[in-house]
Amino acid sequence: MSILVNKDTTVVVQGITGRSGRFHTQQCVAYGTKVVSGVTPGRGGSDVDGIPVYDTVAEAVAQTGAEASVIFVPARFNAADSIMEAADAEVRLVVCITEGIPTLDMVKAKRFLAGKSTRLIGPNCPGVITPGECKMGIMPGYIHRPGKIGIVSRSGTLTYEAVDQVTKLGLGQSTCVGIGGDPVIGTDFVDVLAMFEADAYTEAVIMIGEIGGTAEETAAEFVRENMTKPVVSFIAGQTAPPGKRMGHAGAIISGGHGTAAEKIEALKAAGIAVADSPATIGETLVKALENR
Amino acid sequence: MNVHEYQAKEILRAHGVNVQRGEVASTPDEAEAIARKLGCPMYMVKAQIHAGGRGKGGGVKLATSPEEVRAHAEAILGMQLVTHQTGPEGKLVREVLVAEANEIEKELYLGMVIDRDSSRVVIMSSEEGGVDIEEVAANRPEKIIKETVEPAVGLPPFQARKLAYGLGLPQTLIPKATQLMMALYDAFIACDCSLAEINPLAITETDGGQDLVALDAKLNFDDNALWRHEDIEAMRDPHEEDARELEAGKSGLSYISLDGNIGCMVNGAGLAMSTMDLIKLHGGEPANFLDVGGSATTETVTHAFRLILADEKVKAVLVNIFGGIMQCDVIANGIIEAVKQMDLKVPLVVRLEGTNVELGKQILADSGLNLIAADGLSEAAQKAVEVAGNQ
Repeated sequence: MSILVNKDTTVVVQGITGRSGRFHTQQCVAYGTKVVSGVTPGRGGSDVDGIPVYDTVAEAVAQTGAEASVIFVPARFNAADSIMEAADAEVRLVVCITEGIPTLDMVKAKRFLAGKSTRLIGPNCPGVITPGECKMGIMPGYIHRPGKIGIVSRSGTLTYEAVDQVTKLGLGQSTCVGIGGDPVIGTDFVDVLAMFEADAYTEAVIMIGEIGGTAEETAAEFVRENMTKPVVSFIAGQTAPPGKRMGHAGAIISGGHGTAAEKIEALKAAGIAVADSPATIGETLVKALENR
Repeated sequence: MNVHEYQAKEILRAHGVNVQRGEVASTPDEAEAIARKLGCPMYMVKAQIHAGGRGKGGGVKLATSPEEVRAHAEAILGMQLVTHQTGPEGKLVREVLVAEANEIEKELYLGMVIDRDSSRVVIMSSEEGGVDIEEVAANRPEKIIKETVEPAVGLPPFQARKLAYGLGLPQTLIPKATQLMMALYDAFIACDCSLAEINPLAITETDGGQDLVALDAKLNFDDNALWRHEDIEAMRDPHEEDARELEAGKSGLSYISLDGNIGCMVNGAGLAMSTMDLIKLHGGEPANFLDVGGSATTETVTHAFRLILADEKVKAVLVNIFGGIMQCDVIANGIIEAVKQMDLKVPLVVRLEGTNVELGKQILADSGLNLIAADGLSEAAQKAVEVAGNQ
């Protein structure tokens, strides 16, 4: 069991003919992901490493039955348009890896998704992986191991740290979801926490947040009221100065809000164990499992 | 990206927002000439720096004649203006805005932001303008009224009217307020703003009756969208930005300069922030935030080193890479190349993890370079703090 993706998930890659699209498609295929088609407008009829390429997502879905899409289209080639195209083709799950999409383009794309059945993960995220079954994203597959810990994160490489620690402790992950570091994203902490709570196989959850916004506070409230499984957390940016955007478009302390201290306080008040250091996320999890 | 008040006003004026008349000057002569051209009973001379609180810091003066405008411009131009947003060292004033001073009856607040919770543009207005809006929000939240804009429709007149009536405006000003709000929304969308603020938006008394005028203006732009706004990019004032941060942006690196002495080079924003946190946890102070991104090459790594080492405060460098997309052997080669080119004089602590990590470590070990290898996050931070302290 897992959430979002498994060994049967069929995937279309949008932007498959680009340098990074092609590279990561190879990596996903090598991991075992069922990549059935690719899309690049103007390149229909060709193939990339034996994967057929179509001009439109609608055609790719009609011809190859892809149920999920992963987007590597660069921001300047209008990746927000690619998100809408996937939703229009009634793809069940869209994972958008692209970083640097203008926020107002995402405002429009998210409006376009309203009322449709498509779930968007990202943008500006490492993607989704169910270890040993399906990798839709850019994370290094080999650090993962099948297990019972769900991981959800706004960050990329920091997620790999958490995954690595969990794997080295011999625990493994059910599914890891990078929700992305932008102000406007398709799926938030609460959505993923609810999925992990409902997933019979997931036993505990690691939630990795960062400064900016109030997503962690909202998630804390949700955990307090709805989660029976242990949740542990880490918040990046405890020493970040206010008013400075820390790489991610969403990571900024503005008007005295969105600080790590506020978030940690809200999480602890909801009974969530918070690791002091990114090096002790795994240890904190083990303690939480023992105290269950 | 931020722009100056006078630039924000130019943009808003072009989109149909009624903005206070005025022009920018960089010399007292120019200031006086602008005042003569405006030809009004009262003038304002306003320092142009990217910071709020300019009035309290002595950067905004009233004048009753072009001669007085000149005198104020002489005093303000070249001053090191200190406000609550500039830090104690203040900012050098290079330009002043000379504007018509209006007869003000009441000051209002009007703002627009992208709200994360609704993923939409939200307009906020308050009849308590001219003051710190954060203070109003914290203590009298009922004084702020909000409307969320449906992206597919834009801002319809009825929503603008709701806000206008909510502000308690007299009937004669309702059409003007509606037009102004819709014009502000147009500017927000057309320019890919992340924030737009008019504070104060003033009800003024003129011979022709009451009017609604933007006395101040603040616009922030979405950095991710600047590539499609060359006109706005051209408004960037390099004096207002950290030279190294600008330089970093040009080569696709995300760099923020800080006050400490341990230079950091990390891949990924979350890990970069956490590395800063760890250094602090172990009793050190980071000199910077630096995210080399996901697809860095030998060139970007070399560039990152240059940026870090250009900071004279740096007493040690910590490289922390979790190679996923970025392979550890590429990083290792980048480090060696950079160190060879730049005659590194401070200790270098390297922690590599991820794809091809053994190969990366081997490359570093075989290089003959004097660097300190660390296993794991904590050890890396500890070692960096230790060697920085010994310098």
